[in-house]
Amino acid sequence: MDIRFSGFGGQGIIKSGTLIGKAASLYSNKFGTMTQSFGPEARGGACSAQVVIDDKPVLYPYILSPEILVSMSQEAYEKFIKDPEKGSIVLTDTDLVKPKTIRKDVKMYSIPSTRIAEEMGNRIFANVVMVGFFTAITKVVGLEAMKKALPGSVPDRFIDINIEALERGYNFGIELLEKEQPKKKAKAKA
Amino acid sequence: MKADPIGVATGSHYIDGDHACAEGAIAAGCRFLAGYPITPSTEVAERVAERFPFVGGQFIQMEDELASMAAVSGAVWGGAKSMTVTSGPGFSLMMENLGLATMMEVPCVLVNVQRGGPSTGLPTLTGQADMMQARWGSHGDYELISICPNSPQECFDLTIEAFNLSEKWRVPVMFMMDECVGHMIEKVVIPEADKIEITPREFYKGDKEKYRPFRFDGKGIAPMVKAGDGYFIHITGLTHDERGYPVINEQAQDKNVRHLVDKILKNEDKIRIIEEDQIDGADVVVVSYGITSRVALKAVELARKKGIKVGIMRLITVWPFPESRIRELAPKVKAFVVPEINLGQICLEVERCAQGKAKTTLVSHAGGWVHDPADILKAIEEGVK
Repeated sequence: MDIRFSGFGGQGIIKSGTLIGKAASLYSNKFGTMTQSFGPEARGGACSAQVVIDDKPVLYPYILSPEILVSMSQEAYEKFIKDPEKGSIVLTDTDLVKPKTIRKDVKMYSIPSTRIAEEMGNRIFANVVMVGFFTAITKVVGLEAMKKALPGSVPDRFIDINIEALERGYNFGIELLEKEQPKKKAKAKA
Repeated sequence: MKADPIGVATGSHYIDGDHACAEGAIAAGCRFLAGYPITPSTEVAERVAERFPFVGGQFIQMEDELASMAAVSGAVWGGAKSMTVTSGPGFSLMMENLGLATMMEVPCVLVNVQRGGPSTGLPTLTGQADMMQARWGSHGDYELISICPNSPQECFDLTIEAFNLSEKWRVPVMFMMDECVGHMIEKVVIPEADKIEITPREFYKGDKEKYRPFRFDGKGIAPMVKAGDGYFIHITGLTHDERGYPVINEQAQDKNVRHLVDKILKNEDKIRIIEEDQIDGADVVVVSYGITSRVALKAVELARKKGIKVGIMRLITVWPFPESRIRELAPKVKAFVVPEINLGQICLEVERCAQGKAKTTLVSHAGGWVHDPADILKAIEEGVK
């Protein structure tokens, strides 16, 4: 499973990739290789994290066409939306990404992750809200494995609030999928 | 000897190659690091700086890379296992003092997380173009050991090996990572301290008058002493005798320099770490190292699916070069395929050792990314013809 997390420097994009890779490698009996790409600037520049998750050791560490694309900025979305293969999953932040390029051959889901994080008191948790959303929609790793990946990756005193952020994103995703279900059933009947 | 548990972060970690290298160094007993930050190697020094206060180590951020390499030699003669960490331009700046360390037979580890060059090149992107510099970067005749890891786990395991080899042969070891391996995050399992084998430094304990800091009779490596322990020693970059005193003539030069070269080349089979797979009966052997060895494996898988007999030779120690092994294989195969993230370096060594008995094909890449496995596959397919 090839995953790309993208946004701008300072959003915690690399951290998101690390959490997913860690949950897969240490708590789900899988192999997860994460690589990152960023420009010379530390914040504000385009940045992306690539995670390859497999049942056997990963040889080629980079990804060409992700099966899951997460975009948390307009720039990242427009840059990477051409890459995913048909049928891929694309996740975006509702407020930060207003798609100009629309692809009808991928499954799009969006969450106001930054807004939810702001409601919690700090937009710094937006990436973890997105990771929770990712967990619910893609099911690449389980919620419990994701929770286990937090200690050591975020400061100890912020673990509880990160778990809350993770759960908020997760629940938003589950509700979204539930809302989608009846629609599909209705279509099937018709 | 087993590792000191104080420096061993036993457990499963999800860390990058740079951090794994730092953990390997601390586990190996490294207690001194002098360096100057440079992308993509900075995380090694950062991790070490964070961890050293808890293990009794000392980290100094020096004014530049020249001073860093000099401080490492000083610390080693002060008794500490020592290292420095750098990349591209910093590696170039270290070359003069690396020569000094080689001449003084200083066991130490120099980590180079390779990025694209020349000059400042590609600070945040990968390369493997410093391989010849690791071998020939300083002036004069000498031999060193170079190691290329291909995963964060190996960054841990092989950093320990680098320290062990440096102590055993009293030689600087070049730990040639690359940006991809350095910044790649994977699971790294750090074993219990009593499962980690460490080569301790051999210290002389005998009669002060009889101590010789060097040994040029080809029968072994001289033990060291610590500055401050009361031994009156002289060490210098000048050509010297076994007492370390300068002797500026042809005979002394012959003894001194041949010793530096012979202690490595004549023991190449003892130093060599290579991995081989399905070499017997292979038509093509892919020779690779570092991150490229993983990408090459992907190409080899594809070639084998097509029914091509491909063997793999992975150089973990690139220097000293496994000359005898390539010579042995050359008459038995049709071609060697050498992918590397440079425009042809180790490929030249393979070609030299093959002595025209097998075709040698370079799959070059100027840097900034790893190879497309399809390019390596194409070279394998052409090699069979």
